[in-house]
Amino acid sequence: MTAQLVVFFALAALAVIGAVSLILQKHPIHSALSLIVVMVALAGLYLLMGAEFVAAVQIIVYGGAIMVLFVFVIMLLNAGVEEHTSISKMAGIPGLLLVVALAGFVAATIAKSGASVQAATQTGMLSSTKGISEMVFKDFVYPFELTSFLILVAILGATVLAQREKS
Amino acid sequence: MISLLSANAELIITIVKIALLLFIVLTVNAYLTWFERKVVAHMQSRWGPHRVGPHGLLQPLADGVKFLFKEDPTPAGVDKFVYYLAPLLALSLALTSIAIIPFGPEPLHLFGHDIYLGIAPLNLNIGILALFAITALGVYGVALAGWSSNSKYPLLGGLRSSAQMVSYELALTMSVVGVLLMAGSFNLRDIINAQASHPERGLLGWNVWPQILGFFCFFTAAVAETNRVPFDLPEAESELVAGFHTEYASFKFAMFFIAEYTSMITVSCLCTIMFFGGWLSPFPASWTFTHYVPSLILIPAGLWVIWDGLRYETVFGRMVLPGVGSVITLLGALFVALPDVNNFIQGPFWLLSKILVFLFVYVWMRGTLPRFRYDQLMAFGWKLLLPVSIVNVIITSFVILMWGKK
Repeated sequence: MTAQLVVFFALAALAVIGAVSLILQKHPIHSALSLIVVMVALAGLYLLMGAEFVAAVQIIVYGGAIMVLFVFVIMLLNAGVEEHTSISKMAGIPGLLLVVALAGFVAATIAKSGASVQAATQTGMLSSTKGISEMVFKDFVYPFELTSFLILVAILGATVLAQREKS
Repeated sequence: MISLLSANAELIITIVKIALLLFIVLTVNAYLTWFERKVVAHMQSRWGPHRVGPHGLLQPLADGVKFLFKEDPTPAGVDKFVYYLAPLLALSLALTSIAIIPFGPEPLHLFGHDIYLGIAPLNLNIGILALFAITALGVYGVALAGWSSNSKYPLLGGLRSSAQMVSYELALTMSVVGVLLMAGSFNLRDIINAQASHPERGLLGWNVWPQILGFFCFFTAAVAETNRVPFDLPEAESELVAGFHTEYASFKFAMFFIAEYTSMITVSCLCTIMFFGGWLSPFPASWTFTHYVPSLILIPAGLWVIWDGLRYETVFGRMVLPGVGSVITLLGALFVALPDVNNFIQGPFWLLSKILVFLFVYVWMRGTLPRFRYDQLMAFGWKLLLPVSIVNVIITSFVILMWGKK
């Protein structure tokens, strides 16, 4: 077993354990922490594939910004331990079936894909900062700018809703 | 045994480097507290630490022993796991960020290997991004400490600090874009080398001149990001007791303390590398006689320490200080005697001197500036720093587009 494979399995195991713990944890903060573990482990996997830029952005955006917001909101609302009703307990059975179905679907897709896809390491233009920026700001500049407008509208909408005076 | 050693030489070198850097950083941290207390004391016409060892030089050691042996109570009702995780997270992330910093241009030739100063590989093409990634995670140490303590002051401190750090992270990231545009790379070594494109200009070639707006925004945001005065709202004593680390005692408190000082060092390194030419000498490259500047500083400093030590009031001081002084003097003399060594230490010498200047600025601000009010802090970050740093990006891109790079 090569060193790369060892690192891969360690990170993959970390990601899976984090994801399972995210569901099983009783307290929202512990769930959020588990999600951070998943994000960081995924960033490690990207790094292993040679996609340095994506790995760094994964940690900055998902591990940093978005999860800080999650933790911040949980802290601010002082959310307590999750409560289980009889219906939410029953929902576990179809949920489990759906998980098996999804896992089977993903496994089938991977099994059907060619060897080149399975052994993919991102090298050259696609993974480098320059390649990604050329893609975003040259080839796909209009969709990219439109998306930013969409996000701006969403931010403004949220601000307006939050600032609306109570009559 | 020998073959095993040579097969894993890279790994062994890296591990030794990590151990060495950890030792150095932790020692520097300890003496940074002494430096801070001394400088602030003299600014306020006091003496500062003076009892433990000559000039209080053993004070950090005494503090360390005190931290280790103090009672370590865990308050009732805390979330145990998160409560213990938070200081660990804060300290380990702060120490990790130092690993990205390169400390010198030339490799050291030892046992047939080129050993570069600094842990990160030379071609770490996401250098500055990796640093920001670590900084982005650093918020958790403070936020989780505040939340898990099960007490109102830490919770308020934790909330304040997460809001503050998230707000200033934006300005911090935007303010370096100008530098990145000029260097065309995220690699810290490339950023320094880009500032050396006109060696005859010396300090006029540094990024701080074209990027003066960026530097202002970066340093302000970085001070806020490290929770130092005048942005130390998360631990404002008069309002929040001690903020997020109120419920921490003994070594867990020390871990937050070390984390804060380590981030100060990282920020000083970054300011130096991004805006002040890193290891580049401030003099034009053709002035080779300036290579004797390190000796010119070390020898008089060493002689002064000897002279001061000989008339120190305690016997211990009269023994130790002249010894320290003669080591410094000998080091200065050694650099004059061995030109190869002298050439090698030029880079690290200038880098460390500039870092020291920034650390002094940190302490200077602490001794001078009053704390911001919370709404002023938020308004300053969002309404001044962020727009100014965006304007800086636009101006820099416009200039590069019109006239090309330099």
